[in-house]
Amino acid sequence: MNWTALYASFLATMAFGVLFNVPKKTLLSGGLVGMLGWMIYVTLTQELNINLVTATLAASFGVATLSQGLARKLKMPVTVFSISGIIPLVPGGMAYDTMRQLIENNYLEGLRLGSITLLIAGAIAFGLIFSGVLTETFSTRLAQKS
Amino acid sequence: MVKTPIGEIIEICLLAGKIMLQSGAEIYRIEDTMNRIARACAMTESHSYVTPTGIFLSLQGEEQDLEQTKFLRIAWREIDLNKIVQVNEISRKMSEGELTIQQAHDALLSIEKAQSLYPFWQQLLAAALASGFFALMFGGIGIDFLSAVAAGGLGFLLYAKANRRIEVKFFAEFLAAFSIGALAYFFSFLGLDIQIDKVIIGSVMPLVPGVLITNAVRDLMAGDLVSGLARGTEAFLTAFAIGSGVAVILAVLI
Repeated sequence: MNWTALYASFLATMAFGVLFNVPKKTLLSGGLVGMLGWMIYVTLTQELNINLVTATLAASFGVATLSQGLARKLKMPVTVFSISGIIPLVPGGMAYDTMRQLIENNYLEGLRLGSITLLIAGAIAFGLIFSGVLTETFSTRLAQKS
Repeated sequence: MVKTPIGEIIEICLLAGKIMLQSGAEIYRIEDTMNRIARACAMTESHSYVTPTGIFLSLQGEEQDLEQTKFLRIAWREIDLNKIVQVNEISRKMSEGELTIQQAHDALLSIEKAQSLYPFWQQLLAAALASGFFALMFGGIGIDFLSAVAAGGLGFLLYAKANRRIEVKFFAEFLAAFSIGALAYFFSFLGLDIQIDKVIIGSVMPLVPGVLITNAVRDLMAGDLVSGLARGTEAFLTAFAIGSGVAVILAVLI
Protein backbone atom coordinates (compact mmCIF):
# COMPACT_ATOMS: atom_id res chain seq x y z
CA MET A 1 0.00 0.00 0.00
CA ASN A 2 1.16 3.51 -0.83
CA TRP A 3 1.31 5.23 2.55
CA THR A 4 1.78 8.76 1.22
CA ALA A 5 -1.44 8.45 -0.76
CA LEU A 6 -3.24 7.06 2.27
CA TYR A 7 -2.26 9.97 4.49
CA ALA A 8 -3.00 12.35 1.62
CA SER A 9 -6.54 10.93 1.34
CA PHE A 10 -7.09 11.57 5.06
CA LEU A 11 -5.85 15.16 4.86
CA ALA A 12 -7.66 15.86 1.57
CA THR A 13 -10.97 14.69 3.03
CA MET A 14 -10.43 16.90 6.09
CA ALA A 15 -9.65 19.88 3.85
CA PHE A 16 -12.89 19.22 2.01
CA GLY A 17 -14.65 19.20 5.36
CA VAL A 18 -13.47 22.78 5.86
CA LEU A 19 -14.67 23.73 2.36
CA PHE A 20 -18.12 22.33 3.14
CA ASN A 21 -18.23 23.97 6.60
CA VAL A 22 -18.71 20.78 8.61
CA PRO A 23 -18.90 21.25 12.41
CA LYS A 24 -15.42 21.33 13.98
CA LYS A 25 -15.87 18.22 16.11
CA THR A 26 -16.66 16.07 13.06
CA LEU A 27 -13.63 17.15 10.99
CA LEU A 28 -11.43 14.34 12.25
CA SER A 29 -13.98 11.55 11.95
CA GLY A 30 -14.89 12.84 8.47
CA GLY A 31 -11.24 12.52 7.46
CA LEU A 32 -11.13 8.95 8.78
CA VAL A 33 -14.26 8.05 6.77
CA GLY A 34 -12.59 9.34 3.60
CA MET A 35 -9.40 7.42 4.38
CA LEU A 36 -11.35 4.21 4.93
CA GLY A 37 -13.06 4.59 1.54
CA TRP A 38 -9.74 5.15 -0.19
CA MET A 39 -8.21 2.17 1.67
CA ILE A 40 -10.99 -0.17 0.51
CA TYR A 41 -10.69 1.13 -3.05
CA VAL A 42 -6.90 0.78 -3.24
CA THR A 43 -6.81 -2.63 -1.55
CA LEU A 44 -9.43 -4.04 -3.90
CA THR A 45 -8.03 -2.59 -7.11
CA GLN A 46 -4.28 -2.93 -6.53
CA GLU A 47 -3.86 -5.90 -4.23
CA LEU A 48 -6.79 -8.07 -5.32
CA ASN A 49 -7.05 -6.85 -8.94
CA ILE A 50 -10.78 -6.31 -8.75
CA ASN A 51 -12.62 -4.27 -11.40
CA LEU A 52 -12.56 -0.48 -10.82
CA VAL A 53 -16.34 -0.14 -10.80
CA THR A 54 -16.88 -2.98 -8.32
CA ALA A 55 -14.16 -1.62 -6.05
CA THR A 56 -15.75 1.86 -6.11
CA LEU A 57 -19.13 0.36 -5.27
CA ALA A 58 -17.65 -1.47 -2.28
CA ALA A 59 -15.72 1.61 -1.10
CA SER A 60 -18.73 3.89 -1.43
CA PHE A 61 -20.84 1.33 0.45
CA GLY A 62 -18.23 1.26 3.22
CA VAL A 63 -18.11 5.07 3.42
CA ALA A 64 -21.89 5.37 3.55
CA THR A 65 -22.34 2.64 6.17
CA LEU A 66 -19.70 4.12 8.47
CA SER A 67 -21.28 7.57 7.97
CA GLN A 68 -24.71 6.21 8.93
CA GLY A 69 -23.25 4.74 12.11
CA LEU A 70 -21.46 7.95 13.04
CA ALA A 71 -24.54 10.03 12.22
CA ARG A 72 -26.70 7.96 14.56
CA LYS A 73 -24.13 8.05 17.31
CA LEU A 74 -23.49 11.81 17.15
CA LYS A 75 -27.09 12.72 16.19
CA MET A 76 -26.17 14.60 13.03
CA PRO A 77 -27.27 14.42 9.40
CA VAL A 78 -25.52 11.63 7.46
CA THR A 79 -24.33 14.04 4.79
CA VAL A 80 -21.91 15.68 7.23
CA PHE A 81 -19.76 12.54 6.99
CA SER A 82 -20.64 11.02 3.63
CA ILE A 83 -20.28 14.10 1.43
CA SER A 84 -16.59 14.63 2.08
CA GLY A 85 -16.05 10.89 2.55
CA ILE A 86 -16.84 10.02 -1.06
CA ILE A 87 -14.63 12.80 -2.47
CA PRO A 88 -11.49 10.60 -2.76
CA LEU A 89 -13.50 8.15 -4.90
CA VAL A 90 -14.66 10.73 -7.46
CA PRO A 91 -13.21 9.69 -10.85
CA GLY A 92 -11.52 13.03 -11.55
CA GLY A 93 -8.47 11.49 -13.18
CA MET A 94 -10.55 9.27 -15.41
CA ALA A 95 -12.74 12.20 -16.52
CA TYR A 96 -9.59 14.16 -17.33
CA ASP A 97 -8.15 11.32 -19.42
CA THR A 98 -11.46 10.98 -21.27
CA MET A 99 -11.37 14.62 -22.24
CA ARG A 100 -7.73 14.47 -23.22
CA GLN A 101 -8.33 11.50 -25.56
CA LEU A 102 -11.29 13.28 -27.15
CA ILE A 103 -9.21 16.41 -27.76
CA GLU A 104 -6.48 14.35 -29.38
CA ASN A 105 -9.12 12.87 -31.72
CA ASN A 106 -8.87 9.37 -30.17
CA TYR A 107 -12.64 9.05 -30.05
CA LEU A 108 -12.74 5.29 -29.44
CA GLU A 109 -10.41 5.49 -26.44
CA GLY A 110 -12.33 8.55 -25.22
CA LEU A 111 -15.62 6.67 -25.40
CA ARG A 112 -14.11 3.70 -23.53
CA LEU A 113 -12.75 5.89 -20.72
CA GLY A 114 -15.92 8.00 -20.67
CA SER A 115 -18.09 4.92 -20.16
CA ILE A 116 -15.91 3.77 -17.26
CA THR A 117 -16.10 7.26 -15.73
CA LEU A 118 -19.90 7.22 -15.90
CA LEU A 119 -20.04 3.71 -14.45
CA ILE A 120 -17.79 4.72 -11.56
CA ALA A 121 -19.93 7.78 -10.83
CA GLY A 122 -22.98 5.49 -10.88
CA ALA A 123 -21.22 3.04 -8.55
CA ILE A 124 -20.61 5.81 -5.99
CA ALA A 125 -24.29 6.73 -6.12
CA PHE A 126 -25.44 3.12 -5.80
CA GLY A 127 -23.09 2.42 -2.92
CA LEU A 128 -24.73 5.33 -1.05
CA ILE A 129 -28.21 4.06 -1.95
CA PHE A 130 -27.61 0.42 -0.99
CA SER A 131 -26.19 1.38 2.36
CA GLY A 132 -29.03 3.82 3.02
CA VAL A 133 -31.72 1.27 2.19
CA LEU A 134 -30.05 -1.52 4.20
CA THR A 135 -29.49 0.56 7.35
CA GLU A 136 -33.01 1.92 7.08
CA THR A 137 -34.57 -1.57 6.90
CA PHE A 138 -32.24 -3.01 9.48
CA SER A 139 -32.67 -0.26 12.06
CA THR A 140 -36.49 -0.23 11.81
CA ARG A 141 -36.46 -3.99 12.44
CA LEU A 142 -34.24 -3.54 15.45
CA ALA A 143 -36.54 -0.84 16.76
CA GLN A 144 -39.58 -3.06 16.29
CA LYS A 145 -37.92 -5.91 18.24
CA SER A 146 -36.97 -3.84 21.25
CA MET B 1 -49.87 28.71 27.19
CA VAL B 2 -50.23 31.84 25.12
CA LYS B 3 -51.39 31.09 21.62
CA THR B 4 -48.96 32.06 18.91
CA PRO B 5 -50.54 33.54 15.81
CA ILE B 6 -50.34 31.27 12.78
CA GLY B 7 -48.50 33.96 10.80
CA GLU B 8 -45.59 33.82 13.20
CA ILE B 9 -45.39 30.03 13.09
CA ILE B 10 -45.32 30.09 9.32
CA GLU B 11 -42.45 32.60 9.51
CA ILE B 12 -40.43 30.30 11.77
CA CYS B 13 -41.00 27.26 9.56
CA LEU B 14 -40.07 29.16 6.42
CA LEU B 15 -36.97 30.62 8.05
CA ALA B 16 -35.77 27.15 9.06
CA GLY B 17 -36.47 25.87 5.55
CA LYS B 18 -34.72 28.83 3.94
CA ILE B 19 -31.54 28.39 5.97
CA MET B 20 -31.42 24.67 5.21
CA LEU B 21 -32.04 25.09 1.49
CA GLN B 22 -29.44 27.84 1.20
CA SER B 23 -26.93 25.65 3.00
CA GLY B 24 -27.46 22.70 0.66
CA ALA B 25 -29.62 20.23 2.60
CA GLU B 26 -31.57 17.39 0.99
CA ILE B 27 -35.20 18.12 0.10
CA TYR B 28 -36.85 15.49 2.31
CA ARG B 29 -34.85 16.70 5.31
CA ILE B 30 -36.06 20.28 4.78
CA GLU B 31 -39.70 19.26 4.36
CA ASP B 32 -39.48 16.97 7.37
CA THR B 33 -37.91 19.68 9.55
CA MET B 34 -40.57 22.24 8.61
CA ASN B 35 -43.37 19.77 9.34
CA ARG B 36 -41.81 18.85 12.68
CA ILE B 37 -41.57 22.49 13.74
CA ALA B 38 -45.19 23.05 12.69
CA ARG B 39 -46.30 20.05 14.74
CA ALA B 40 -44.32 21.27 17.74
CA CYS B 41 -46.27 24.56 17.44
CA ALA B 42 -49.60 22.65 17.68
CA MET B 43 -50.61 22.90 14.03
CA THR B 44 -53.06 20.19 13.06
CA GLU B 45 -51.96 19.96 9.48
CA SER B 46 -48.90 21.11 7.57
CA HIS B 47 -47.87 20.59 3.99
CA SER B 48 -44.52 21.65 2.63
CA TYR B 49 -43.18 21.44 -0.87
CA VAL B 50 -39.56 22.32 -1.49
CA THR B 51 -37.71 22.69 -4.77
CA PRO B 52 -34.09 23.89 -5.15
CA THR B 53 -35.35 27.40 -6.00
CA GLY B 54 -38.43 27.87 -3.81
CA ILE B 55 -40.36 26.76 -0.73
CA PHE B 56 -44.15 26.39 -0.38
CA LEU B 57 -45.72 25.93 3.02
CA SER B 58 -49.34 25.59 4.02
CA LEU B 59 -50.41 25.40 7.67
CA GLN B 60 -53.74 24.66 9.27
CA GLY B 61 -54.50 25.61 12.88
CA GLU B 62 -56.98 23.99 15.25
CA GLU B 63 -59.88 26.13 14.07
CA GLN B 64 -61.12 25.13 10.64
CA ASP B 65 -60.95 28.57 9.05
CA LEU B 66 -57.42 29.29 10.21
CA GLU B 67 -55.35 28.35 7.25
CA GLN B 68 -52.37 30.09 5.66
CA THR B 69 -50.10 29.45 2.72
CA LYS B 70 -46.87 31.22 1.95
CA PHE B 71 -44.22 30.96 -0.72
CA LEU B 72 -40.54 31.86 -0.56
CA ARG B 73 -38.18 32.29 -3.50
CA ILE B 74 -34.56 31.22 -3.00
CA ALA B 75 -32.06 32.91 -5.29
CA TRP B 76 -28.62 31.75 -4.14
CA ARG B 77 -27.25 28.64 -2.53
CA GLU B 78 -23.95 27.67 -0.91
CA ILE B 79 -22.68 24.74 1.10
CA ASP B 80 -22.66 25.07 4.86
CA LEU B 81 -23.24 21.75 6.62
CA ASN B 82 -22.76 23.36 10.02
CA LYS B 83 -25.94 25.44 9.61
CA ILE B 84 -27.91 22.34 8.63
CA VAL B 85 -26.74 20.62 11.79
CA GLN B 86 -27.73 23.65 13.89
CA VAL B 87 -31.24 23.95 12.42
CA ASN B 88 -31.69 20.20 12.87
CA GLU B 89 -30.78 20.59 16.51
CA ILE B 90 -33.34 23.35 17.00
CA SER B 91 -36.17 21.38 15.41
CA ARG B 92 -35.32 18.39 17.59
CA LYS B 93 -35.32 20.49 20.75
CA MET B 94 -38.64 22.05 19.74
CA SER B 95 -40.24 18.62 19.26
CA GLU B 96 -39.05 17.60 22.70
CA GLY B 97 -40.43 20.79 24.18
CA GLU B 98 -37.06 22.12 25.33
CA LEU B 99 -37.38 25.36 23.37
CA THR B 100 -40.25 27.83 23.30
CA ILE B 101 -41.42 29.23 19.98
CA GLN B 102 -39.88 32.63 20.73
CA GLN B 103 -36.51 31.13 21.70
CA ALA B 104 -36.47 29.03 18.54
CA HIS B 105 -37.22 32.06 16.39
CA ASP B 106 -34.36 34.04 17.95
CA ALA B 107 -31.97 31.10 17.55
CA LEU B 108 -32.91 30.69 13.88
CA LEU B 109 -32.44 34.40 13.23
CA SER B 110 -28.93 34.31 14.71
CA ILE B 111 -28.05 31.22 12.64
CA GLU B 112 -29.21 33.01 9.51
CA LYS B 113 -27.03 36.04 10.23
CA ALA B 114 -23.96 34.02 11.28
CA GLN B 115 -20.90 33.97 9.04
CA SER B 116 -19.69 30.62 7.80
CA LEU B 117 -17.84 28.55 10.40
CA TYR B 118 -14.46 28.85 8.71
CA PRO B 119 -13.37 32.31 7.46
CA PHE B 120 -12.48 32.74 3.80
CA TRP B 121 -8.71 32.48 4.25
CA GLN B 122 -9.10 29.12 5.98
CA GLN B 123 -11.28 27.86 3.15
CA LEU B 124 -8.77 29.10 0.60
CA LEU B 125 -5.98 27.32 2.48
CA ALA B 126 -8.08 24.16 2.67
CA ALA B 127 -8.78 24.27 -1.07
CA ALA B 128 -5.10 24.77 -1.85
CA LEU B 129 -3.99 21.94 0.42
CA ALA B 130 -6.74 19.61 -0.83
CA SER B 131 -5.46 20.18 -4.38
CA GLY B 132 -1.95 19.28 -3.28
CA PHE B 133 -3.04 16.13 -1.45
CA PHE B 134 -5.06 15.01 -4.46
CA ALA B 135 -2.01 15.41 -6.67
CA LEU B 136 -0.19 13.11 -4.21
CA MET B 137 -3.05 10.59 -4.22
CA PHE B 138 -2.94 10.36 -8.01
CA GLY B 139 0.75 9.49 -7.80
CA GLY B 140 2.46 12.89 -7.78
CA ILE B 141 5.61 13.75 -5.81
CA GLY B 142 6.84 16.75 -3.80
CA ILE B 143 7.13 19.23 -6.66
CA ASP B 144 3.67 18.23 -7.96
CA PHE B 145 2.26 18.83 -4.48
CA LEU B 146 3.65 22.38 -4.39
CA SER B 147 2.49 23.26 -7.90
CA ALA B 148 -0.98 21.86 -7.22
CA VAL B 149 -1.21 23.91 -4.01
CA ALA B 150 -0.43 27.06 -6.00
CA ALA B 151 -2.69 26.23 -8.95
CA GLY B 152 -5.57 24.93 -6.80
CA GLY B 153 -5.36 27.97 -4.52
CA LEU B 154 -5.43 30.37 -7.46
CA GLY B 155 -8.32 28.47 -9.07
CA PHE B 156 -10.41 28.57 -5.91
CA LEU B 157 -9.65 32.25 -5.30
CA LEU B 158 -10.66 33.17 -8.86
CA TYR B 159 -13.79 31.04 -8.58
CA ALA B 160 -14.85 32.69 -5.32
CA LYS B 161 -14.20 36.22 -6.62
CA ALA B 162 -15.78 35.65 -10.04
CA ASN B 163 -18.79 33.93 -8.46
CA ARG B 164 -19.60 37.16 -6.64
CA ARG B 165 -19.36 39.35 -9.73
CA ILE B 166 -20.66 37.14 -12.51
CA GLU B 167 -24.30 36.09 -12.59
CA VAL B 168 -23.63 32.77 -14.31
CA LYS B 169 -21.96 30.35 -11.89
CA PHE B 170 -20.81 28.05 -14.68
CA PHE B 171 -18.70 30.77 -16.22
CA ALA B 172 -16.83 31.25 -12.93
CA GLU B 173 -16.09 27.52 -12.91
CA PHE B 174 -14.93 27.62 -16.51
CA LEU B 175 -12.65 30.56 -15.74
CA ALA B 176 -11.15 28.85 -12.67
CA ALA B 177 -10.47 25.58 -14.53
CA PHE B 178 -8.96 27.52 -17.44
CA SER B 179 -6.54 29.41 -15.20
CA ILE B 180 -5.56 26.22 -13.36
CA GLY B 181 -4.60 24.63 -16.67
CA ALA B 182 -2.75 27.77 -17.76
CA LEU B 183 -0.78 27.99 -14.52
CA ALA B 184 0.17 24.29 -14.66
CA TYR B 185 1.54 24.78 -18.19
CA PHE B 186 3.30 27.95 -17.09
CA PHE B 187 5.11 26.04 -14.30
CA SER B 188 6.22 23.43 -16.78
CA PHE B 189 7.28 26.18 -19.20
CA LEU B 190 9.45 27.67 -16.44
CA GLY B 191 11.34 24.41 -16.40
CA LEU B 192 9.82 22.79 -13.31
CA ASP B 193 9.82 19.02 -13.66
CA ILE B 194 6.11 18.46 -12.94
CA GLN B 195 3.58 15.90 -14.12
CA ILE B 196 1.10 18.34 -15.65
CA ASP B 197 -1.83 15.89 -15.71
CA LYS B 198 -1.58 15.17 -11.98
CA VAL B 199 -1.25 18.83 -11.07
CA ILE B 200 -4.32 19.78 -13.13
CA ILE B 201 -6.49 16.91 -11.85
CA GLY B 202 -5.57 17.65 -8.25
CA SER B 203 -6.19 21.38 -8.62
CA VAL B 204 -9.66 21.14 -10.16
CA MET B 205 -10.89 18.78 -7.41
CA PRO B 206 -12.09 21.60 -5.07
CA LEU B 207 -14.42 22.74 -7.88
CA VAL B 208 -15.93 19.28 -8.41
CA PRO B 209 -19.67 19.22 -7.57
CA GLY B 210 -19.49 16.41 -4.99
CA VAL B 211 -22.25 17.74 -2.74
CA LEU B 212 -24.60 18.32 -5.68
CA ILE B 213 -24.14 14.76 -6.92
CA THR B 214 -24.70 13.24 -3.48
CA ASN B 215 -27.77 15.36 -2.86
CA ALA B 216 -29.18 14.68 -6.31
CA VAL B 217 -28.99 10.93 -5.67
CA ARG B 218 -30.50 11.22 -2.21
CA ASP B 219 -33.33 13.42 -3.54
CA LEU B 220 -34.11 10.97 -6.33
CA MET B 221 -34.16 8.05 -3.89
CA ALA B 222 -36.46 9.90 -1.51
CA GLY B 223 -38.90 10.44 -4.40
CA ASP B 224 -38.23 14.15 -4.88
CA LEU B 225 -37.84 13.68 -8.62
CA VAL B 226 -38.00 17.33 -9.63
CA SER B 227 -35.25 18.40 -7.26
CA GLY B 228 -33.14 15.34 -7.99
CA LEU B 229 -33.18 16.05 -11.71
CA ALA B 230 -32.57 19.77 -11.19
CA ARG B 231 -29.57 19.18 -8.96
CA GLY B 232 -28.28 16.44 -11.24
CA THR B 233 -28.40 18.87 -14.16
CA GLU B 234 -26.58 21.51 -12.14
CA ALA B 235 -23.87 18.97 -11.26
CA PHE B 236 -23.55 17.93 -14.90
CA LEU B 237 -23.25 21.52 -16.10
CA THR B 238 -20.60 22.23 -13.46
CA ALA B 239 -18.59 19.18 -14.49
CA PHE B 240 -18.98 20.25 -18.11
CA ALA B 241 -17.78 23.79 -17.33
CA ILE B 242 -14.68 22.48 -15.53
CA GLY B 243 -14.01 20.03 -18.35
CA SER B 244 -14.23 22.65 -21.07
CA GLY B 245 -12.05 25.08 -19.12
CA VAL B 246 -9.23 22.54 -19.03
CA ALA B 247 -9.99 21.33 -22.56
CA VAL B 248 -9.46 24.79 -24.04
CA ILE B 249 -5.97 24.96 -22.52
CA LEU B 250 -5.08 21.46 -23.68
CA ALA B 251 -6.40 22.10 -27.19
CA VAL B 252 -4.39 25.32 -27.53
CA LEU B 253 -1.12 23.99 -26.15
CA ILE B 254 -0.90 20.40 -27.35
